[in-house]
Amino acid sequence: MRDTNVLASPADLAVVERLRAGDEATFMMLVEQHQTPMLRIARMYVSSRAVAEECVQEAWLGILQGLDRFEGRSSLRTWMYRIVANIAKTRGQREGRSVPFSALAGDDEHPPVDPAWFQGAGDGFPGGWRTFPDEWDGIPEERLVAHETLRHIGSAIDGLPHMQAAVIRLRDILGWTSEEVRNALDLSETNQRVLLHRARSRVRRELDAYLREGRDER
Amino acid sequence: MTCHEVVNLITDYLEDALSVDDRVRVEEHFSKCPGCSGYLDQMRATIRLTGMLSEEQIPEEPKRRLLEAFRTWTGD
Repeated sequence: MRDTNVLASPADLAVVERLRAGDEATFMMLVEQHQTPMLRIARMYVSSRAVAEECVQEAWLGILQGLDRFEGRSSLRTWMYRIVANIAKTRGQREGRSVPFSALAGDDEHPPVDPAWFQGAGDGFPGGWRTFPDEWDGIPEERLVAHETLRHIGSAIDGLPHMQAAVIRLRDILGWTSEEVRNALDLSETNQRVLLHRARSRVRRELDAYLREGRDER
Repeated sequence: MTCHEVVNLITDYLEDALSVDDRVRVEEHFSKCPGCSGYLDQMRATIRLTGMLSEEQIPEEPKRRLLEAFRTWTGD
């Protein structure tokens, strides 16, 4: 099996060095960069945002305490995110939240790709589109990137099961690689892709509904 | 490969996680099926637009507490 851990970069080691020397600006930069993703990670395992915030706070203390033991065998952020994930997992278990993948991933009761869009066994082309999806080509770019459109995407993501929301945020908003997400969230390659697929498909579906609404108004 | 199957393989396709055979079959399907290639374009647009969102800012209070924690830690 391939080792998926990325080693700490020279930049990571320099950051650790500055932290050990007590550089406050470096620490605050680290907080700025990682507080929000850490909150996303914690939120997957615990019941409320407030509890997630406590986990992150605890994780920062754990990170500081562990810094002297950081040996650079993974990237700094992978190491940091594992700390927050472990704290939140423990906390979630204490809260009595069981965290099997199937539960976190969101149910299939409302699949983001609706089977009803496709022809059934008795139709001419089983599995083929009943009607093609609307084209977005005719929609002006200004409308696509409008604040209102982006706001709809944001609320679609907020409405996703936590784990799907975490994956799509880390991948598509923060621009992480799949490997970084898998390491931080402790997911298999397949599960990471399943979550991403469900999340993106759901967001596309809600975006399509929003854009179509605008067309009918015309 | 049906349209329903292709649509559910789109993320695997975009993540370059398909076998060579499946990749060829999916690409052949896209080249012949306006419904699926249109859907693929929508998925790409969704990813692009999602990328334009920004994550929320951190409130000042937790930051202040963290700075205090850091000062305590360096003072140890």
